[in-house]
Amino acid sequence: MERIIDQKLDALRDKLLLLGGTTEKAVHRAMRSLTERDSDLARQVIEDDKIVNRMELEIDQMSIGILALQQPAAYDLRFVISVAKITPVLERIADHAANIAEAAIVLNNEPEVRNYVDFPKMAEIAGEMLQAALDAFTAEDADLSRQVIKRDKEIDRIYDKVFAELIEMMIENPEVTTGAAHLLFVAKHLERIGDYIKDICELNVYLTEAVFIKHRKSLRNS
Amino acid sequence: MASKIKVTDLDFYYGDFKALHDITLDIPEREVMAFIGPSGCGKSTFLRTFNRMNDTIPIARVDGNILIDGKDINSPKTDVVALRRKVGMVFQKSNPFPKSIFENVAYGIRINRMHSSKSDLEDKVEKALRDAALWEEVQDRLNTSALGLSGGQQQRLCIARALAVQPEVILMDEPASALDPIATQKIEELVVELKKDYTIVIVTHNMQQAGRVSDKTAFFMLGKLIEVNPTDKMFTNPDEKLTEDYITGRFG
Repeated sequence: MERIIDQKLDALRDKLLLLGGTTEKAVHRAMRSLTERDSDLARQVIEDDKIVNRMELEIDQMSIGILALQQPAAYDLRFVISVAKITPVLERIADHAANIAEAAIVLNNEPEVRNYVDFPKMAEIAGEMLQAALDAFTAEDADLSRQVIKRDKEIDRIYDKVFAELIEMMIENPEVTTGAAHLLFVAKHLERIGDYIKDICELNVYLTEAVFIKHRKSLRNS
Repeated sequence: MASKIKVTDLDFYYGDFKALHDITLDIPEREVMAFIGPSGCGKSTFLRTFNRMNDTIPIARVDGNILIDGKDINSPKTDVVALRRKVGMVFQKSNPFPKSIFENVAYGIRINRMHSSKSDLEDKVEKALRDAALWEEVQDRLNTSALGLSGGQQQRLCIARALAVQPEVILMDEPASALDPIATQKIEELVVELKKDYTIVIVTHNMQQAGRVSDKTAFFMLGKLIEVNPTDKMFTNPDEKLTEDYITGRFG
């Protein structure tokens, strides 16, 4: 016989994956609005962020309901805690996507300051990481989560390169400062998204192995 | 933490039926250990071996060792009355004597001659009632019948009665299973308070209760000790799949 809690946990998992998919789409579309200079699409991304916010509240309510009424233990408990902690992380990723869309609206009204080649690359890596992080959550695959965590460095490397290039560009050509500053924000948003995906993967490892891998290095060194 | 009760290779039989299989377990001093497991798993039988309550069952037999403070409690030299004074017990159903509240607590002190005077007896009764968190509620009616108390108060009276003879270990067999949530909460708060001075072993079917009051939890099934671990580990990440299945309700 199926446990009552199983139905609730399944519904929670479905809702989280739906939020994950919506967030993934938001990042992808925000980047397209920038590279294809499509401000209508950017406005759509900003508008759709409300859907993500609503989903976050729904998942919060479901998680609290399960904790209060089902008293989950062991794996069930770790599952609810992981979902409750992954949810606001996804919501923040979607916020960053909306912020990228806002920057795109400004940038689309200015002449193109440079080619965007590194940005789609960062976004592509972030997109792949997010997809893999959600797959790893579904499959309870701690190894895959650890691989995804390592990929954050790829984003960080491109970010450092873009940052240096944009600063140099602003020094050489002060007229592009406004556009370059907005692009710096975009780069920073993408870099933060990478960090957030790392957080999701750390929670995946907690879910599967019941160990906290977060902050390990910094706490060991202190 | 030093171990108060040390059980090694314990088997227990009711006639030909082996109720406990090869149990080895250390119970640390001044901690609360919870025993959980499905009905009939042997947890109450195991609890009752610590003060030889099973001696009253003619067909019962014990193999293996139980040391309390390093002494073999099943040795022929053991004074069972002294053992039961040292290892007190509280049962699922409160069982006060049909006497006054005062007499219920004074009884053990009197028969063990643990008081030097009438006022010493009164002091000892008051202390036991205070330690059982009952004094405030009964101080004005000590001479009324204990049977007039509520279920939760009766259970705390039984705890006071156990405390009066200055035990070191308190065994509790589902002490709150017949009580309402408020009375249950009081018993649980009391358990946590009492562990400062006593070693407590509690059998419970209520997982949340085990979580709230115990430092360590032992899980039993079909007469075997499946797992013992710190309670927080037990309820977030048990080592054994059987434990996980039990505490998450995958089997009854």
